[in-house]
Amino acid sequence: MNDDILVGGHISRQFDQELDEIRSRVLKMGGLVEAQLDKTLDALRSGDSSGITDVEKLDRKVNKLEMQIDEECTQILAKRQPAAGDLRMIIATTKSVRDLERIGDEAERVAHMVRHVLDNGAAPKSYSGLLALGEEVKELLHDTLNTYARMETRSAVKNMRKDQDVDDEYARVLMHLIEFMKTDPDHIAGALDVMWAARSLERIGDHCINICENVIYLVEGEDVRHTKLSRIKKQLS
Amino acid sequence: MAENSKQTMNDTYETTGIPLLKDSKLSVRNVDVFYGDKQAIFDVNLDIGKNQVISMIGPSGCGKSTFLRCLNRMNDTIDICNVTGEIKLEDQNIYDRSIDVVELRARVGMVFQKPNPFPKSIYENVAYGARIHGLTDNKLELDELVESSLKRCGLWKEVKERLLEPATGLSGGQQQRLCIARAIAVNPEVILMDEPCSALDPIATATVEELIHELSQNFTICIVTHSMQQAARVSQRTAYFHLGKLIEVNDTSVVFTNPKHQLTEEYITGRIG
Repeated sequence: MNDDILVGGHISRQFDQELDEIRSRVLKMGGLVEAQLDKTLDALRSGDSSGITDVEKLDRKVNKLEMQIDEECTQILAKRQPAAGDLRMIIATTKSVRDLERIGDEAERVAHMVRHVLDNGAAPKSYSGLLALGEEVKELLHDTLNTYARMETRSAVKNMRKDQDVDDEYARVLMHLIEFMKTDPDHIAGALDVMWAARSLERIGDHCINICENVIYLVEGEDVRHTKLSRIKKQLS
Repeated sequence: MAENSKQTMNDTYETTGIPLLKDSKLSVRNVDVFYGDKQAIFDVNLDIGKNQVISMIGPSGCGKSTFLRCLNRMNDTIDICNVTGEIKLEDQNIYDRSIDVVELRARVGMVFQKPNPFPKSIYENVAYGARIHGLTDNKLELDELVESSLKRCGLWKEVKERLLEPATGLSGGQQQRLCIARAIAVNPEVILMDEPCSALDPIATATVEELIHELSQNFTICIVTHSMQQAARVSQRTAYFHLGKLIEVNDTSVVFTNPKHQLTEEYITGRIG
């Protein structure tokens, strides 16, 4: 993908700079959100909840960046009246930062559940399943941020396929938890915590896919929301 | 899968998008325009739909005004200008020898960049065309025509008390609407507008744009504009010219959100000008 067509090459260099700044900030926001998920999974893996305060601190930074980027996009719409690729860039950006912010919220939700379970001293058996799901989602988030940074439609489609694996893993965790609750009714409360955490991880996967759809819209001008993967492939070929 | 699958321009070119229509008011085929030895327009093929607003955009010197002036043979007034190819107004080739150019210009009217009222009264400005074309039989009919033309341009209320005053006393925006009233008084089929708002302030521009929208119910309108936002606001189709070539014609909604040619994208986003 030609970078110039996305943010550079305008007669107005100031406009180039404004778009470049927005893109850098989105990537920074992506990095913070990724760190939130990393720290949450670290706590889950190690059984040490001390890093969870950092997840909360990061969330405040993420929220602030969301507002800042939105304001910058509003200013560009008002002052520059962007069209074509520039317009799609602004639309895709405002949508993507909302998804990033929600990913941060979901990561924080998982972190709170981890702290709750660890503080209660009980570790449900399905932790390992949750961790496996978390690792898959982490990889998907990482790939999605790369897709955004490079503006690659090809990898966007690849990520969509990966999200289907995340959904399958989520279904497995649920099945396992249901079995667990049947056999050990005394730990239903803890198992429900894990269930909510798994749900949050699965939602992070969905937000990643929204970002990938935004990248396709930005690059190709095609709106591929609510479209089957096979059709998207056909549309973009 | 293609990463950014936009078309680029080759030496032999084909216009991207949808330049041709099934039903058209004006149909342009293989038109070249030369100023002496210098070619200004290259092999343009374009249909202009009935009661549609089409805008022509492109960098300075791209040939959009030259092209517009072909549509009512205004280029005939330039000695060294030579137009080849075919331009049909419905089924009639407007470059046919049998065509009366004065009559053609009544059917295909024109509004210019600078408001250019005649140095006569407001009334006479509107009545002039109708009089020379013999469109009315008596004073009463002419009065009615002047009134209805001014009303259609939203100018009647502003000028009805001073119809006999000089038109040059009107504001720029009023003068431009008067010129549009003068153009529509002879009941044209097509109105050509060459940057009609570039000398107007934003409020007068908005009034003229609203007028263009209303007139499009009854007239076919071709507008050349330097303002991309204006093209986006007023037209259903947009044609992008670059160095005398018609690069892309598409629905305005497509051109401004997802143009199909690289050059259109670069112009629309302010990368070439």
